[in-house]
Amino acid sequence: MRHTLSVTVENEPGVLSRVVGLFSGRGFNIESLNVAPTLEEGVSQMTITTLGDEHIMEQIVKQLRKLVTVIKVVDMAEHKAVEREMVILKVNAEDTKRAEILRIVDIFRCKVVDVSPDELSIEVTGDHGKIEALINMLTRFGIKEVARTGTVAMKRALQA
Amino acid sequence: MELTGAQIFLECLKKEGVDVVFGFPGGAVIDIYDELPNYPFKHILVRHEQGAIHAADGYARATGDVGVCLVTSGPGATNTVTGIATAYMDSIPVVIFTGQVPTPLIGNDAFQEVDIVGITRPCTKHNYLVKDIKDLAYTVRQAFYLARTGRPGPVLVDLPKDIMQQKFEFKWPEDVSLRSYNPNLKPHARQIKKVAKLIEGAERPLIYAGGGVISSGAEDELTWLAKSLDIPVTATLMGLGAFPGDDPLWLGMLGMHGTYAANMAINNADLVLAIGARFDDRVTGKVSTFAPKATLVHIDIDPTSIQKNVAVHVPLVSDCKSALSALKSEMEPRLETVDWEVAHAVWVRQVQEWAETHPLRYKKSETEYIKPQRVVEKVYEISKGEAIVATEVGQNQMWAAQFYKFKRSKSFLSSGGLGTMGFGLPAALGAQMAFPDKLVVNIAGDGSIQMNIQEMMTAVCNNLPVKIVILNNGYLGMVRQWQELFYNRNYCETCMDAQPDFVKLAEAYGAAGYRVTEEKDLEPMLKEAFSNGKPTIIDVRVDPEENVYPMVPAGASLTDMLLV
Repeated sequence: MRHTLSVTVENEPGVLSRVVGLFSGRGFNIESLNVAPTLEEGVSQMTITTLGDEHIMEQIVKQLRKLVTVIKVVDMAEHKAVEREMVILKVNAEDTKRAEILRIVDIFRCKVVDVSPDELSIEVTGDHGKIEALINMLTRFGIKEVARTGTVAMKRALQA
Repeated sequence: MELTGAQIFLECLKKEGVDVVFGFPGGAVIDIYDELPNYPFKHILVRHEQGAIHAADGYARATGDVGVCLVTSGPGATNTVTGIATAYMDSIPVVIFTGQVPTPLIGNDAFQEVDIVGITRPCTKHNYLVKDIKDLAYTVRQAFYLARTGRPGPVLVDLPKDIMQQKFEFKWPEDVSLRSYNPNLKPHARQIKKVAKLIEGAERPLIYAGGGVISSGAEDELTWLAKSLDIPVTATLMGLGAFPGDDPLWLGMLGMHGTYAANMAINNADLVLAIGARFDDRVTGKVSTFAPKATLVHIDIDPTSIQKNVAVHVPLVSDCKSALSALKSEMEPRLETVDWEVAHAVWVRQVQEWAETHPLRYKKSETEYIKPQRVVEKVYEISKGEAIVATEVGQNQMWAAQFYKFKRSKSFLSSGGLGTMGFGLPAALGAQMAFPDKLVVNIAGDGSIQMNIQEMMTAVCNNLPVKIVILNNGYLGMVRQWQELFYNRNYCETCMDAQPDFVKLAEAYGAAGYRVTEEKDLEPMLKEAFSNGKPTIIDVRVDPEENVYPMVPAGASLTDMLLV
């Protein structure tokens, strides 16, 4: 099963390689990872999406917590969470297809961010499901390039 | 007053109460060595940096204190990696200080530059590169704190040369606090009650003790628990000595080369208390058939150890000593209500019967060869079980573990997790440094002793009278045993009959050397060697084809033992 982990770390040199090295050294899988500073000085937030059964996830979370530079690990699967990813897609868009692509852009509430005579670049933000759906819809036109941020996530304020 | 980085560093070691530093100088640490004579601790100059780290490790294992190792940058640093990994696998507290090129040169492929922090990231508990002299004292403080608290382990601090030369005010940080590091020392009260209930209800309980018992100092609590409640005890290689090896409740080591009684007991127990042990594959054999009838309780300070290899029923994250103390308080009132001797009589009789019918044994020699097990037994007899025994890795290690009855903890020093050949001699030196008056014996093989034999010189220079008993069978014996049993006797590259003359080699180093080829000479020569006051090699020619039994083939169930 796919899990999103929110990992709060000390913002110091080498912290990323400690986390990544833990995954590679123990044979765990990273699907996406992003890191950025938080509001608190010296603290960064990593969001890691990974695949694993319950046993593997337990090990991943415990091993991450064991790292001296890791402050907190939250598995979003245990919470109600907002998850988003931003993706830019460059799609083939000859004149005959353009109207249809624009309609899809509209339905998915995406944004066209670049245009050329036979291509469209589309920016989309959404959860995993929405992005997969959009990619499915656009594949038949020919997706030439994709740039993805990887998931970011945050616990919802009201937890039942 | 302002001090140089080198002085600040050495002041920190003084504050940490360091007695001895095992090291090897070089350009990147020359400023530290320049100051060293002004400080009260002893520096042991080794002959190879791997010797320094193993010696610091041996010192830590024998004393329970932190071992300290100081080496230069580049090759000096990389030469310690095997020893760091060894300490990491066995959770031994050592702090390794490596020199580094000056900060402006870092990343420029400078002479003797290596990214040692990057290299040792997966085999240290934590590591540091000190980039600012302002951080130096606090970093050293943290390194010692991390090494000795929680689940102990090696911590490396990389010290750039220019930082050692800069000047700064020395201020010792009294307190250490790391918001992200809070080892869970106290057991959960409800879990303790649960375990007490399980012990009460169990008919066939068994204690499976590991190195965590020793590193937390829980030997007394463990012994109380076993003896008061009449629970048989087995231990891992790392746990040897945690429970007296001459007690009737002691079953010997379990696992691949464990005793018949220990392996049968784990197979039949209805309750297994795993204490400070990590269910290593050399212990469990085939995981799906490990302790099949038992409720498993697992006490460990490291949450990652729990549920890693084996699904346990009652996890208990805690320092072993506090957990066992809590369990003791919980069980004490039950001493009056339950007659534990009666409650466990059938079970204890059963395990003792296993021990009697299948003791550790070996066939008497039919040839002129001395049996290696006999050598270990003799070492035990002559030392009256009071020696500190280090081992190399292989058959010598297993025979030492099987045939030397360890009465107290910290008296068996062996590379368990990593299985590092070349560990024994330098580790023995570290232990001898800590206990100059004790008999320290390294039980070695002819193969593994050659991996760090240069440390004989360190022994001689520093008057460390370690005794190296080489069980010389002319083979890389453990691999040869596997080849014999599982690889159709294809003894590919395991024959080591081309050997140095170990007696002359000892003498060349200025040590004493003895050769034993006949059993009648064994006792007198060992006695002489043990009392000559010098570093000594005793080269004992043993049966070349002797095997370690019992043996559970890798991946088989513990009950599938090959016996003598």
